Formats: sequence, C-alpha cells, structure tokens
Amino acid sequence: MKRKKMTKINKTKRSKQFFNLVTYSEKKPNIEREENEKKEKIKHEDIYYFSKSSYRNTYKKYSSDKFFKRRTSKRGELDREERLKIALQKAQKEFTNKDHKVTKKEHTKKKTTFFKNINEINQETLYLQTGAFALFDTLIRSGIHSVFGYPGGAILPIYDELFFWEEKKFIKHYLVRHEQAATHAADGFSRSSGQVGVCFATSGPGATNLVTGIATASLDSIPMIVITGQVGTQFLGTDAFQEIDIYGITLSLVKHSYVVLESRFLSQILAEAIYVAQNGRPGPVLIDIPKNVGLEKIKRFTPCYGTTVHKVLGWRYKVKNQLDNIRMALHRLSVSSKPLLYIGGGVISSKATRELSELIYRYKIPVTTTLTGKGAFDEDNRLCLGMLGMHGTVAANFSISNCDLLIAIGARFDDRVTGKLQDFACKAFIIHIDVDEAEIGKNKNVGIGIVGDIKKILQKFLVLMERPEHKWLEKPLREEFQNWYEQTAEWKHDFPLLAVPGDYSPLPQTIDDVLLPQTVIKTITEIKPYAIITTDVGQHQMWAAQYTKCKRRKWLSSAGLGTMGFGLPAAIGAAIAYPKEDIICITGDSSFQMNLQELGTISKYNLRIKIIIINNHWQGMVRQWQETFYESRYSHSNMSEGAPKFDILAKAYGIRSLYTERQSEIWRTLRDALEGLDPVLLECNVLEDENCYPMVEPSKSNSEMSLSRELSTTPEGLVINKEKERVELSLEEDK
Amino acid sequence: MERTISVLVEKDPGGLVRIISLLTRRRFHIKSITLSPCERKGYERIIIVVINQSDGVDAGKQLTKQIRKLINVVNVQDITYLPLIERELVLIKLKVNLIERTEILNLAQIFRFKITDVTDSTLILEVTADPGKIAALEKVLEKYNILQLVRTGRIALIRESRVSTSSLKEYPEFEVLTGQNYLNNIEDLFKKDY
Repeated sequence: MKRKKMTKINKTKRSKQFFNLVTYSEKKPNIEREENEKKEKIKHEDIYYFSKSSYRNTYKKYSSDKFFKRRTSKRGELDREERLKIALQKAQKEFTNKDHKVTKKEHTKKKTTFFKNINEINQETLYLQTGAFALFDTLIRSGIHSVFGYPGGAILPIYDELFFWEEKKFIKHYLVRHEQAATHAADGFSRSSGQVGVCFATSGPGATNLVTGIATASLDSIPMIVITGQVGTQFLGTDAFQEIDIYGITLSLVKHSYVVLESRFLSQILAEAIYVAQNGRPGPVLIDIPKNVGLEKIKRFTPCYGTTVHKVLGWRYKVKNQLDNIRMALHRLSVSSKPLLYIGGGVISSKATRELSELIYRYKIPVTTTLTGKGAFDEDNRLCLGMLGMHGTVAANFSISNCDLLIAIGARFDDRVTGKLQDFACKAFIIHIDVDEAEIGKNKNVGIGIVGDIKKILQKFLVLMERPEHKWLEKPLREEFQNWYEQTAEWKHDFPLLAVPGDYSPLPQTIDDVLLPQTVIKTITEIKPYAIITTDVGQHQMWAAQYTKCKRRKWLSSAGLGTMGFGLPAAIGAAIAYPKEDIICITGDSSFQMNLQELGTISKYNLRIKIIIINNHWQGMVRQWQETFYESRYSHSNMSEGAPKFDILAKAYGIRSLYTERQSEIWRTLRDALEGLDPVLLECNVLEDENCYPMVEPSKSNSEMSLSRELSTTPEGLVINKEKERVELSLEEDK
Repeated sequence: MERTISVLVEKDPGGLVRIISLLTRRRFHIKSITLSPCERKGYERIIIVVINQSDGVDAGKQLTKQIRKLINVVNVQDITYLPLIERELVLIKLKVNLIERTEILNLAQIFRFKITDVTDSTLILEVTADPGKIAALEKVLEKYNILQLVRTGRIALIRESRVSTSSLKEYPEFEVLTGQNYLNNIEDLFKKDY
C-alpha cells in the first residue's frame, strides 16, 4: 500500500521523499515515567535486565501489540498519537462530505504481477535515494535533531544532503571551530539530555582531531555516534590525500566501530550503532563512511528502525535472573551495622536516581558519590557525605575506611577513588552492582557481584523490601544504623569544607581583599542553584566538585580521562540540549586556552553560556603537585607570560566581559554576569598559591589526608601537625 | 598456569584485530592464538591460550568477561578444566647425517610422526600431538640441528564422551557413563570418594 503511494507521488513530482517524518520544530512526544507501576505483579520470567524506557531502546516503543492494534505497516512508522490523528482526519472527511454523494469503494483490486517486463521497470524510480539520504533518514527516525560537525573534502556528499534536510527543518547542524570541540559538544549534549550525541568530521586531520573526544566519552561511558568521512573505496589503502586509518586508530577507544563499504547497508549499520551506543554499558561508536558511499544510489530504499536491530542484538543485553544475589545482598544489609553506599555515574546513565533515593530513605544509609555520580542523590540531604577519593571530603573518606558494608552502585573503583587499594574499605564486605560484567572484581575483590541494569535491580530491591519477610526489619535496622549516621554527621561537623580553616563566614577576610577561588564557586551555586555546571580539569574542577550542590544530569565534567578544554564545548552541547536553562562553565585560565576558539561558536549561535575563568596564572593542579611532591621546582607550570587579556579576547568575539579581583566585589559582579540571556565571560583573578585540600596522596590510604599545608589526619581519626613533627624529628636526629 | 579459551566470533575483517588489541592493551600474556572458519557459515572460532601470571588476578576469568563485551563475539568459554582434546601440528626441518637419520627413523615409530620430505642432508618431520607429547619430542630433538620449526598453535574441542584422560589416570575406577551430560560426570568426581 505504502509503496504504491510512493510510486504514485514519484511519478507526479520527482522530488525528495521524506516519508512521514516529524520536524524538530514540532512538539516532541512527552515521554513520562511510569510511576504507578505495580511492582508486585511483575513475573520473574518477564523481567529483562536492560532498561525498557523508550529513551534507551526501542523495544517498548514499538512493541505495540500490548497497547493497541497496528494500523500502519508492520515496521510501525507512526506514533500512537499520530495514528489517532490520521483516524480522526479520516472520520472528519467522511462527515464533511458536503455533496452528499455516496462514495463508492473501489473494489477493483489490481492484479499483482510478480514478473514485470524488464522494459516496464522504471530505473529512475528504483534508484531514488542515495547513501547520504539513508544516513539522515535513519538519524531522524531515531529522534536525533541536532548534530555537531565540521565539513571537509571527504564528507562533502553528506553535507550536500544535509543542506536539503536543514531546509526542511528536520535536523539542525551546529558548526564548531575545531573537530575536538564537536566531540566534546556531542558528549555534553548526551551527558545533559541522556540521548545520543552525534558529530561529523572529515577524513585525515579531521578524524584524528576527534580522538581525544572519543577517549573522553569512552572512559566516562557516554553514548555517542561519531561519523567520519573517508576517501573513496577505490583509494582505500593507497595513502591517498587525507587518508588515515581512523578505524585502526580508535579501535581501543570505542565500544564498536564500523566501516561502511556499500550504501545499502548504511541505514542498518547506523540504526545498529545507535542501539549499541545506548544499551548495556554506553559508549562511543564510530562509523567510517567512504566518499563514494554517500553518493551511491540505493535500490529500493527501506528505512530501518531500532526494532529490527533489537531482534538481532537484543539477546546481548539480557542478563540472568539475579534474584538470589539480591536476596543475599539484603541479608548482608540486615546483618551489618555500618553500611555505606558508593554511587558512580552508572546510576545517572541508567536513570535510577528515584529508586536510589527510595532505597536510601528506607533505611537511612549514608551516601558518598564519585565525581561522575555527583547529583545522583540530593546533595543538601543530611545523609549525603559528598565526594570521596583523592580530593573528597573528610567525612566520606573516614566513613569509607570505617564502614563494614560497602554497596558500590555503578562505580568502577578507580585509582583516584580508592587510593591504596589494599586499604580501601578494608573492614567492609563489598557488594557491587553494575551493568558491565567485567567491572566486577576487576580492581578489588568483591563479596557479591550483581550484574544488570541498575534501575531494574534497585526496583527489585525495593520490591523485596516491601515483602513481609523483610518489612519487619525496617524499624530495627534504622535504629541499628542510627549510631553510624551520628558518627558520620560528627565527622561532617568536625571537618567542614572551608577556604580558610576556622573561618565560617560566607566571605572570609583575606589580606588586601584578595579573591579566594572557593568563594567564587560558592557564590555561583548560591546565586544559581539549578544551573547546569560544566567544568574543565584542574584545581577549579575539584573545588567545584566540593563546593557546588548539583541536581542530576546538571554536572558535566571529564572525570576518567581528565581532558583539559572539555568545559567550554560541553557547555555548547548542553546549551543546545537545554536552550532555556542557565549554563555555567567554570574553567581555569590554562584549560580555557586549550579550546578558546569555541567562543566563535558561542557568539555565532548566541548561546546562553556564562564562562567563569578562575585565573591564578598557573596550571593550578600541576603547581600543587610540584609543590608537594617535587620540592617546589615549578617546571613549566606558570602561565602568566603569554596569557591573553581575556576581556579584549571576549570583545573580539563580540561577547560581554567582566573582571573582578576583590573579595568584596564578587557577589555583585557574579550577579551581573549570571543574569541575562546573552553569553558572558567573567575573569576572576584569584589568590595564586591556593591549594586544593583535603588531599589524599597517591598510594596512601583514604583516611590519611592532608587538610592544609601543615595539618593532616591519621588513620585513627586524629589531626597532626606535619611541620611540628618534622621539626621534632630533625631535633632528635641532631641529638 | 595456562588457560585455554574458546571464542566464537562473527566473520568480520576487524574481528581478530579487536580481540588482539584487547589482549595487548589489558596486558594479557598470550602463548598461542588460532583463528579458522568453523561449522557455522559466516562464523569463526578462535582458541586462545593465555599464561596466568601469579599475581592473584585470575587472567582467564577476567579475559572471558572482557571478550564477551565485544559486539562481534557470539560466545566465549573458558574450557581449561573441561575434558578436552588438544592437538597441535608441528613441522620441523632437521639437518642430519646418516647416523642421525636412522636414529630419527626409529624415533618416528615411538612418537608416531611422519617424515614428509627427505634430501641428502635434511629431513622434514610432521608431528600431530597433544601439548605433552610435543614438549617431550622437543626435548629429545634438542641435540639435533634444527634448521626451522613451525607450530600451528593449539586447537581444542570439548569431549562429548565426558571422559577426561587425565582424570582417568588419577581415578582408575572412574565409570564411563554414557548418555549423560559430561558436566554431571565431573560433579560425580567430587561427590564420590575414589
């Protein structure tokens, strides 16, 4: 039926066929969470341990037989609303038949001839769509409406096709100033919205510029599609102009990668790539498209959907029933007296924050989060201990080394978190929940490993807790954990995060009214508590992680790879995903200079990004390490020579700029900077030799932190003065 | 300690590269790796032999988990402790004089290898055997002048007869039960007191 229609239209006017796609300007379908799920009624056989939410995979969206009967073709091109719309239109047409004529149904079925005469086949209607058409068709059918990229020789066929699609308002392309920024922007888009980010680049130099961005996404498990151009298939392997084996280069960085050699496979491969990038443990997927594939015509193009991919690949993401493990974990929890939750980025990427907070509130278990997991649990809550690890809070690190049950959810026991691996949670029994089977027992041996989608498993936990055999435990366990909570609260009270030790005022007094970096970050969150915050890497990142309070998916920071220059492009991605929200990019002077060409992108699209440069004229973290571990030999870490004047730079790009260096002025200038819809650059000249504390030195246990230049803690929970001890030791030696 | 891992992958130009890149970047020590087409069309089977270092980490277990994550991999199995048939083909080119030649012809009867090529001064031996036998033969041939030596790498299949020859050596009273899954029989080994 469909095809007949198509051919009819084709005969009448030979233009591009866009089937029944939705433009991005129209309302996107509101996909609400199913809150009122009846948890008790779920059968064990029916549970899949991958997410069924329509963002993540398309299984539920298209398995329509549960909800309504199919009306269109079996591939399910239309949403339910649209189908109803069509039905209404049909009904209206029948009623508005003004001529009162009886419409006759055409009963004459056309006789289908299976073998046509070769001369009758119209070649032009057979070969209508090109490879590039298939690419954009699949992208839009998968709900992707914004793309980042930079054109070049080998990807020109795709950009040529993009011209038509942009004209029809199906997709919008954002031109960046450097390919690295394209990947970071796609990364930021995906981090903030939870959908796949897509970026384009050309072959050769364009492709190699992407490598850093792909590695960043891969280490933080961010779903992303990277599409690179390549020289034509006839030149492959001949060292042609701008030819680079990007497939080989990125082999160890990506989740999966494809080289498309025939255009008819393109739509299937792209749909599969989007499916692979989002399901299981998310990750970047690379697709390499040679130049002639984009131009090649496809014989009888049929669009491809996620449903077909699910039939092929869905078995990969089914996990065994973990009920026994969950029961064992619950038993462990009921036996323990000092439990602690250790939350990683997995909770955010599987959208399980609601289930998590339910779990926490039920038994009142204290929580620490990693850098990527920041915002997964309400940070103003009294149970939240803040970040743990190298620059984590004292309370979190003490409770890690004193707890007797550690429940790690979606975390991967990174070396910045664990410190000395033998001493990490050495008194505790460890339960590890993760999607990735290989992460369990990779660094630290665990007691119970539960594999599966975190959302599903936490739901299972909650269902089991509701049952009578566990329900009676709630009250006695709460009382049991009360002492433990009080102890963590005591640590929280004894060791607060303060810029100047002992000064509890919001604006600590400093010599000459010099600005402290911590106060800048503190005032940002006070003024805009609901803003999306992106950071670069360095001291300011750690301060921002310590002092800001974020909501989920509002903290974008490169954690695993630590890419300097990540903040500004990621802010662009977030601004495109959420054009109506405040986006604040906290960055350092040297990190900012790594990707400062992106000011051009910001001023072109007039994005609502507030850039706050914390300028201390040093590569702060490098300087701190040189000071503590290399006896203050500052080798190439000073950035004061050759630094640009940021206000003039911003003016050159047409961006409003502000400057401050006084502690007393900070509130006023920040308020001026953060209000309004236009992009702003604020330079804060801060105290130069300020260090980021508390700090756990590498290969030391988490409870041995240095609190300031002199003070440090011992594993027993005591505070000692290092300087005095050193002096005493030297005196003893003299004797 | 060696671990034998059998992997079924889809046929794909990048299939082997993906696995080898994983092995190198995760610092596994490979002893041998063989890839060849298998009983299913469009699929290939890879047999990897890894050396398990004695630093407490179970390389075999970690490697199976890591390989299972790859998209082009269909099935992974650590088959080290299952009843196996392991074989390897070795071709050896020897430089021999007349006396040595007779010695090696005698050896051929003992070790059951073939002599495929003969010239005045050289011989080519074709040996198909399990790893133990090959190790023994290598030791015997040490004193001869070996010009070239090629090995195919180890290939392995699980025995459907459910009998492991090594277990037969250790437990001579072990009953051969036909018509049951071999895994059940292995459990019997632990349950019964031999």
